[in-house]
Amino acid sequence: MLEKALSGSKLYWTWLICLLVVIGAGFGAYLVQYNKGLMITGMSRDVSWGFYIAQFTFLVGVAASAVMLVLPYYLHHYKTFGRITILGEFLAIASVIMCILFITVDLGKPTRILNVMLHPTPNSILFWDMIVLNGYLIINLVAGWVTLEAERKQLPPPGWIKPIIYLSIPWAVSIHTVTAFLYAGLPGRGYWLTAIMAPRFLASAFAAGPAVLILLGYLVKKLTRFDPGKEAFETLAKIVCYAIILHIFFFFLEVFTVGYSDIPSHTAHLKYLYFGLHGHNMLVPWVWVALGCGFTAIILLVNPRTRKNLKILPYACVLVFICTWIDKGMGMIAGGFVPNPLHEVTEYAPTGLELMITFGVYATGILVLTILYKVALGVKAEEEAL
Amino acid sequence: MGVDRRQFLKLAGISAAFGLGGSVGFQLLRPGALDAAERMPTPYQMVFPKSQGNSEVMPNPKALKGRRWGMVIDMRKLTVEKARAAIQACNYYHNVPTIPGKQNIKWIWLTGYTNAFPEVENPFADPAIKNARFIAMCNHCDNPPCVRVCPTKATFQREDGIVMMDMHRCIGCRFCMAGCPYGSRSFNFRDPRPFIKKEYPKYPTRTKGVVEKCTFCSERLAVGKLPACAEASGGAMVFGDVDDAGSELRQLLRSRYSIRRKPNLGTHPQVYYLV
Ligand code: SF4
Ligand code: SF4
Ligand code: SF4
Repeated sequence: MLEKALSGSKLYWTWLICLLVVIGAGFGAYLVQYNKGLMITGMSRDVSWGFYIAQFTFLVGVAASAVMLVLPYYLHHYKTFGRITILGEFLAIASVIMCILFITVDLGKPTRILNVMLHPTPNSILFWDMIVLNGYLIINLVAGWVTLEAERKQLPPPGWIKPIIYLSIPWAVSIHTVTAFLYAGLPGRGYWLTAIMAPRFLASAFAAGPAVLILLGYLVKKLTRFDPGKEAFETLAKIVCYAIILHIFFFFLEVFTVGYSDIPSHTAHLKYLYFGLHGHNMLVPWVWVALGCGFTAIILLVNPRTRKNLKILPYACVLVFICTWIDKGMGMIAGGFVPNPLHEVTEYAPTGLELMITFGVYATGILVLTILYKVALGVKAEEEAL
Repeated sequence: MGVDRRQFLKLAGISAAFGLGGSVGFQLLRPGALDAAERMPTPYQMVFPKSQGNSEVMPNPKALKGRRWGMVIDMRKLTVEKARAAIQACNYYHNVPTIPGKQNIKWIWLTGYTNAFPEVENPFADPAIKNARFIAMCNHCDNPPCVRVCPTKATFQREDGIVMMDMHRCIGCRFCMAGCPYGSRSFNFRDPRPFIKKEYPKYPTRTKGVVEKCTFCSERLAVGKLPACAEASGGAMVFGDVDDAGSELRQLLRSRYSIRRKPNLGTHPQVYYLV
């Protein structure tokens, strides 16, 4: 099937070359980081995780959200999603690959990464995260590829693939739960020490992921003859709507508990994020933009007239994306580290090189996604031509 | 850089030969020496019990032996000069680099009362305490979150309680830095060697990309010396065996009121401040 990725329009090849250029630039920046160490980033002794881990966290959510297509289709036989489930699975694959790359570029000693497997440490959540992420990658590769292959041969998928697809459902939940546990189990970090971290992560994931899928659906519709169909868009939009409401709701639960109990080690982080602390307020505009985008998106998505309007829907999806990306990326990570355990404030902003490496990783993911989508849509076009 | 694991095994060997394997044997030998409440395993420790030592390596006969090392910092005696001497000694004997800016490396440093003890806020506390400069260092927690989160066991706890680093195994993920509630850990964002003022040849320097912190001077204990900071502190820092009811350290803890950093987190810090 892979041969489908080798023939394409001029636009396709130009796009791939553009991506390769960005990847090359990112790789060059990474070589600098590799030689000089993480000193080229904006991270510090106090804010020891930054942009990379933020992207990682966000993308785990995007990966997990494939379940929002798989579950209705396979468990509830919701036929409308049948045609696009593969797009969700392939998005998950590209996202997990980006997650793994982001973890790798964040390591101080990337050449030792295998130590995680050579010295398995079940008491470390990072160990489990490695297992669930790699497992999820394999599950989606197998499930996506086998069903697509069957589709091409005009055959029903083989029976043995069903249990694997069913397994992908709880597995998707697990990747984001375990990722939340990375943060939520640390005794000294008030902002992260909350049981609602995992549900909050899942809610924002199920908002962000389907929003990305809708946007990709628009792109696909525009660039190829494949149309996901109005109903698929509408159903996805409903999912995004519920999820973004839950996301904001969970955020208010957090604000209530932290605000009403008024325990300084917990309030300090929210204060820093939303109002600034001791005159440090770098993230304040960002988090308010995120909140504003979230509310605007809710208004657009709750109202059926705007939600069903396929001209307005993509804007709502972009707003959802911005809201969750800021909240989960920068807000989540930097907010947890500021103030530090000694209640001192060190702020964090990514450097140019850090951003270049980040773009490089995103370009790699998009390259994988482009190729996978090319294959999937090629198969679908063939099938429709018959 | 090969200090850690090898010397750890040596010391573990001593304790394994001495105790009958764990605190039960010790209780039989010296009843009452252990604080039962502290030794009750937490739910986490029930799921992941502490590993027992390794008894393959022969101990160094001069090595200091302890069941549970700890440090007492006497705030009445600790002047800023003494503290600076202690810090300097640590920096020198461990090749701790002096890196300007926020990517710095600190094993032991001075900080304010509200920084060291943010939860014991009291605006009308004795100014002698409130305005004092406190020494911050790794607490060698008895229930260390940094060990719990490390995905490679590069951070591990010895039988005698010392929380150690294996610089050859660390992948630089910095999970331990997020896990430590005391900010005791530093990451080598760059090659530290150009920033070492005067290199002490007998201690390994580190490379970029690994985490480091205070080791309770395990390399000195192994050859019968006290920690460098305690030695240089003019008696303001007393190192000793917390599990030995007869030790000077326990004597001090009995005679004066002491506090620990963030005891509410259940990490059981082993650095005590006499106030
Ligand atoms: S103070 Fe921090 S680094 Fe030291 S043992 Fe405790 S948790 Fe670990
Ligand atoms: S940075 Fe090193 S010591 Fe710290 S958690 Fe990662 S592997 Fe363990
Ligand atoms: S015990 Fe040793 S390593 Fe730790 S601060 Fe003191 S001198 Fe430094």
